[in-house]
Order: sequence, then C-alpha cells, then structure tokens
Amino acid sequence: MSQQQLQYKTSPYRLLKEKVASTTMLILTLSALLLVVLIAVGLVIKSMPILEEKSLVDLVFGSSWKPMKGEFGFLPFIAGTISVTLVAIVLALPISLLTAIFLTEYSKDWVKKAVFPVLDILAGIPSVIYGLWGVLIIVPWISEKLAPKFVEFSTGYSVLAGGVVLGVMVLPLMVSLFVEIFSSTPAELRQASQSLGATKWQTTKKVMLKHTRAGIFASVMLSISRAMGETIAVLMVCGNIAQMPESLLDGAYPLPALLANNFGEMMSVPIYESALMFAALILFVVVVIFNILSRIILHRLQKNS
Amino acid sequence: MAYNRFKNKYVEEVVAKVLMIAATVALFVFASSIIYTIIANGWNAMSWEMISQLPGGGFYIGKEGGLLNAIVGSMYIVGAATILGLIVSIPVVFYLNVYLNPNSKLGYAARLCFDVLFGIPSIVYGAFAFTIMIYLGAKASLLGGIIVVTLLIIPIFIRSMDEVARSFPRAIVDAAVSLGATKWETIRVVVRQIMPGIATATLLSIGRAIGDAAAVMLTAGYTDSIPTSLSQPAATLPLAVFFQLQSPIPQVQERAYGAALVLTIIVLIISILGRIITNRFSKHRIK
Amino acid sequence: MDIIKQGMFRPNQKFCTNANADAKIEVQDLNVNIGTNHILKDVNLTIHNQAITCIIGPSGCGKSTLLRSFNRLLEDTAKTKITGKVIVDGDDIYEKGCEITHVRRKMGLLSQKPCPLPMSIFDNISYGCKIHGIRGKKKLAMVVKHYLEAAGLWNEVKDRLHTPANRMSLGQQQRLCLARGLAVEPQFILADESTSALDPISSKIIEDLFVKLKAEYGIVMVTHTLRQALRIADYVVFMYMGEVIEQGTAEEVFKNPQHELTQKYLSGAFS
Repeated sequence: MSQQQLQYKTSPYRLLKEKVASTTMLILTLSALLLVVLIAVGLVIKSMPILEEKSLVDLVFGSSWKPMKGEFGFLPFIAGTISVTLVAIVLALPISLLTAIFLTEYSKDWVKKAVFPVLDILAGIPSVIYGLWGVLIIVPWISEKLAPKFVEFSTGYSVLAGGVVLGVMVLPLMVSLFVEIFSSTPAELRQASQSLGATKWQTTKKVMLKHTRAGIFASVMLSISRAMGETIAVLMVCGNIAQMPESLLDGAYPLPALLANNFGEMMSVPIYESALMFAALILFVVVVIFNILSRIILHRLQKNS
Repeated sequence: MAYNRFKNKYVEEVVAKVLMIAATVALFVFASSIIYTIIANGWNAMSWEMISQLPGGGFYIGKEGGLLNAIVGSMYIVGAATILGLIVSIPVVFYLNVYLNPNSKLGYAARLCFDVLFGIPSIVYGAFAFTIMIYLGAKASLLGGIIVVTLLIIPIFIRSMDEVARSFPRAIVDAAVSLGATKWETIRVVVRQIMPGIATATLLSIGRAIGDAAAVMLTAGYTDSIPTSLSQPAATLPLAVFFQLQSPIPQVQERAYGAALVLTIIVLIISILGRIITNRFSKHRIK
Repeated sequence: MDIIKQGMFRPNQKFCTNANADAKIEVQDLNVNIGTNHILKDVNLTIHNQAITCIIGPSGCGKSTLLRSFNRLLEDTAKTKITGKVIVDGDDIYEKGCEITHVRRKMGLLSQKPCPLPMSIFDNISYGCKIHGIRGKKKLAMVVKHYLEAAGLWNEVKDRLHTPANRMSLGQQQRLCLARGLAVEPQFILADESTSALDPISSKIIEDLFVKLKAEYGIVMVTHTLRQALRIADYVVFMYMGEVIEQGTAEEVFKNPQHELTQKYLSGAFS
C-alpha cells in the first residue's frame, strides 16, 4: 500500500500568494501612517512662505485681513470658528446627554427602535442639506423672530445660525458616543446605588455621570473637532464677513469657509495661497491634537473596563 | 415617615424625565423639520426633466434643463471611490485583525492613525489634494475627485469594519488554519463573517461620499456636461445645490431645492437599504 | 460498521499521510513561555498512532497548551516563546523551514466549543478540500457525503446541506467540525475537551466515533472527566503544573499509578 501513497506538500504557489498578500497588506496599513505624515508635511511646506514673512503671533493674533495689502491676520477666522463651534456644542451637549441617558437608562425598547433610525438619518444627511435647511428655516427665523427683540437689524446669517445648524449636525455623533459610553458601564454600579434607595435620576447624576466623565469629556472633544472642520453647511449660514463677531447675531467667517471660498481663485498669488494653506494647517493641527487626545482617553477607558 | 411624593428627589426625578423626553422629541423634530423643508421646497421643482436632462443653454438664468450632469457625476465619483475604498480597506482590516496580535503596537498605531484620518475635515483633504494636483500640473477632474473621496472614505470603511471584525471570534480563524489554510486563505471565511459590517460600512461611506461637497469642490470642479474621461471635470449633487442656491434668480434657486431633494432621497434610500441588507447578510454569522 | 476498513476514511487518496502505521508524535524537551508565565516545563512524551491518548490533569496544568503546540496554533495568539522539539512523522515541526500549513493539515484540531465556519454545511466540509486543491463538484459532493457519513451526520442533514451551519444543534455542529477536520485527511486528531460543551448524548456519539476512528488515526484528547479517559483511553498522560508527571498505557496509569500525585488525582483528591 505504501508505494501508492503520495507525499503531500503545500504548493509553492500558495505560499507565494501568502507572502505577497501579507506584504501588500502591511504596506497598505503602513501607508495610513504615511498619509498622516504626508498631509502634515505638505501643509507645512506650503505654508512656509507666509511663516517666513510674518511671525506666528502676528498671524494668529492679528485681526486685519487685507490680503491685497499683504495683511494676514487670522484672528477673525479663528474667533469665527471658535464661536460657532462653541455655540454648537453648548446647544448640542444637553440635548444629546439627556437623550443618551434616556435611551440607556429609562426608555423601553420600542423607543430605542424608533430613535436609532432617526439618528441614522440625521447622521446620513449631507452637510449641504443641513445648510439649505439653515438658509430656509433658521436664518429667516433669526432675522424675523429672534433678532428684532435684541437688535435693530440682522440678516440672520450669523454665529447663532451657524451654531444651531452645526449643533444639529453633531447631535447624532454625540448621542451615539454617549450611548456607547453609558451602556458600557457595569450594571452593578447602578444596582449598588439604587439599592441604597437612590432614585434613577440620582443614580444617573451622582454615579453614572461621575463614572463616565472622562468618556464624556473625550466625546465632547471629538465632537468639537468634527464641528470645527465642517465646511459647507456653516459657510452657507454664517454670513462670511471677515470681522470679529461681537454678538451671536453678528456674521462670522470660520476657517473652513475661508478655505472653500477662496481656494481655487487666489492661487495665482503665492503668498495668498500660502496663507490659505496656513489656515488648513491650523485646522489640521487642532483637529489632529483633539482627535488623538480623545482617542487615547477612550482607549484607556475601554482597556480598564 | 410616610412616603412623600413631593420630596425633592421625586420632583427632581420627574423634572429630569420630562427634560429627557423633551430632548429625545427634539431629535425627531429636527429630523422631520429638515426632511419636511427639503420635500416641501423641492417638490415643485421636481420633474422628469429635472433628473433626465443636462442643463440647457441659459439654464442658469432660469431656462430649461436638468441635473443629469450632477447626478451622473456624483454616481461616477461615489461608485469608483467606493470600489477603490473597499479594495484597500478590506485587506487592511483583515491584516489588523488576523495577522496582528490583538495587542500589537503596530495595530494600535495604525488604528489611531485611521481615527485621525477619519477626523480630518474634508476641506483639508481637499486643500491637500488640490496642491498635489497643482504640483502635478493636473486640473480639477473626475480622477481628482475620485481619489480625494476615496481617501476620505477609507478611514470610515476601516473604522466601521474594524469594529465588527474586532468582536470576530478568533476560534474561527483557528479552525480554518488548523485545516491547513494559510492566513491569507482564511480571508474568505473572515469576510463572510464580517459581511454585515462590510455592508453597513459601505453604505455609511456611500452616504458620506455622496454628501461631501468641500473636497470635491476643490478637486472635481463643476461642469454642465457628463464627463467622458477621467481628466475632465465633473459636477456633483451637493455642489449643484450649493452653486445654484447662490443665484439671485428664483427659478435657479428652485433647482437647488430640486437637487437637494434628489440628494436627500438618495441618502434616505441608502439608510433604509442599510437596515435591510444588514439583516439579510447576518444569515451565516456565528454568534 | 463496514466503513471502518483500511483506507475507507480517505476517499481522496490524495494526501494519505497515514501510510506509515507507526508514525508518532515525539515531544522532546518542550518549553513554552507565554509572556512571563512558564506554561510547559521540559515536556517529553510520545504519542502513538492508531490509538487514543488522553491527556489528563487539573485545570490550568497546560493540557490545552500542549495540544495546541502540536499544530503550532500557539504562536498566533500572544507573545510566546517555544523551545524544544515536536517531531511528527520524523520531522521537527518547529524546525525552521517547516511548512506550517502542512503541519496543521496533518494535525486536525477539534476545539472545545464547536466552531463551524460561517457558511453552509456543505461549504464547511468542502472548504478545506478546496484549499488543498481538490476541485470538481462531483468529487467534492462525494467527499462531503463520505465524511458526513463518517461522522454519522449524513442522515440528519442530507436534505439541508446548503443551509447555514450555525442552525444545527451544538452536538451536530461538533460532529460537523470533526467531519470537516477529517476531510483534509489528517494523520492525528487533536481533541481539546471536545465533548465538554455538549450534552451527554452528543458526547457519547463523539466518543464512539473516536473509538471507531482510532483504527485510522492517532487521537490525542485533552479531557477533564476522568471517567471519559477511563472509557476510551489506550494511553494516558498525566500533567501537573506544566510538567508531565506520568505517562503510559491506560492500564498502567489507572491500575497502578507510580507517582503520588497521580494516585491522589485519580482518587479524586483534587481536580
């Protein structure tokens, strides 16, 4: 019998395939690391000309934006970005926190089944649609109903409009981040508190929120970084006036809007191009820092639990 | 002491509950307000002509024509980017989860990088791609749009597939390799198992890709015709909304609403499809 | 059962690594470290073909680790350092240049919990064959039928071969996994407490299958239940704290244990 037995060997073709596949995949994975570095380096190189001409402080804290005269103060744009983002988070935080608590601690299953698709839809709606909604609903509401109570006249294209639209945009992200954090807290924690006679809300307030505060902080940072980069929707409703916004009803000009509005056209002026690239660099740096920090916090939490 | 339902803590409980329900209702209000606004405004502008014709002469001063250029342009960009994105990200997810140890440093670094890439605003991608294109001497084109959108959605693909793949039972890979399969050969098994993840990731990415305006504005440009080669510029739906809304002429603005309606319908269909497909694909899954 | 004739379990006749009836697994000075834990310490043992070898011992003594070192599944999971030799059929499987997929094919693994692949019953079995280059619908159908019969599963599932494997009962799933392993024609079967997740009837079926299969295969079985070892073992290896305390034929070890620890374990002093 043993004469007819074949000695089986794994075919070299299969081994070669394995080798090629694993190397290719390693390269693909590494290129992600490379891409981040590449973008950073690209943006830095491109914004070198303006950094050589002006000091960093002048650029970031200068408030005069007259590109044709060679004055590049980014403060109005930075202030615009910060104010719009801040309004958005201030509006979205309580709503999303309350919704998330409701969904994880209080609600019945059918409520969850109804809410999650809505979150899906909100998350899926393109930003240009949010912008259109802002133009059609929020802006007129501000200029006709809200603004007359405080100031004589406002077009409605304002920090507030940008903040509201942006706030609604980050809602689904925040709710789903919070839900994830809340539902990963151990049930024993709740039971322990409730068995001491605390009501659900007391438990939530004193135990849950305390237990999850790092996670909430990280989620908020993540949402801020998302909100800061949002372009089209904000661009459509916030007025795009290069000035320091003094009230919520003033127009603003966030960094992404600056980029989107001027990019293609001003490329012929090298220093202007460099200024815009510097704007992109600011955005990139802030977003990357926020992202990395919040991811590290979230990762730590996950590891501990 | 008798039970006092007006004691502070019970009042607080009720107030909190009311606030929570109000917040949840607010979500519904926002969603329905947005969808209602888009439908109410877009409905009048909708016609067969709108989705089947290219913009005619004088389109932008209110004469006839449709949005076919933007619809087809969006399809091209999204379709190509999705396919490219899948080709790149499935192997990466596979590598992260099967080849690397669960606590490998490379895996951690790569995941962090994809998170960062995921967070980079699309306008920054656009600006970056634009300068590269200038450097290479290329003009705004379909190809540029496809590449930048691919870069934009790869992190989404990877992140959401990775989430599913991480809960993937390692025993299945063990079972396959103990039959003598190489690691690469287990990809069929792994892909089957994470199919629902792949399906949802794909739809998520399509949704993000079709809605992106900032990056394609800088890289794909805008045109009234359907591109016939990769080097021609291409129109996209979000930009059709954006540009036409800026027009002072009411008829053109109407068209912006029409384009918004088309875009919203596509996104809603994707969202519903997502649910259905996810349910269908989970047939073979091992819990 | 007529099916248990020489060669009947191997209709492909493609690999037939079991040609050599006195092929055996020889473990020489095997040491395994996972992280900072020294899991296996200087293990030396021999596992015979065409017999059932049971590895017994209290939990955490390294039984499963030892089993998994036989088909090199260990190195996949964590930071492991392995020294020593595992010689299968004359070749050291830890030698550089030894082809890992080849080793694993030779050593079929039946895990603790049944782990069907996420595909249909038919595809579960044909998967391994396809990987090793068996093509053709007819041939695959023949192979699938053969091994399902061998695992006593054919009559139960022949009408739903193309339904997902995860819809079967646990016991059926485990037999499917066994059939799947047999389909790539291994030389040894490594069973890692393969009946512990099953109900008594299903585990009895698996046990009976093993007894039949030993005519063709070397079976290494890690088990927690002494009675199971008593029922089916030909050879017994007793392990404690990562060391092999005693090994020999079932009769020797059970009737006349030499080592004090073995005596205590067998009398149920600890488990």
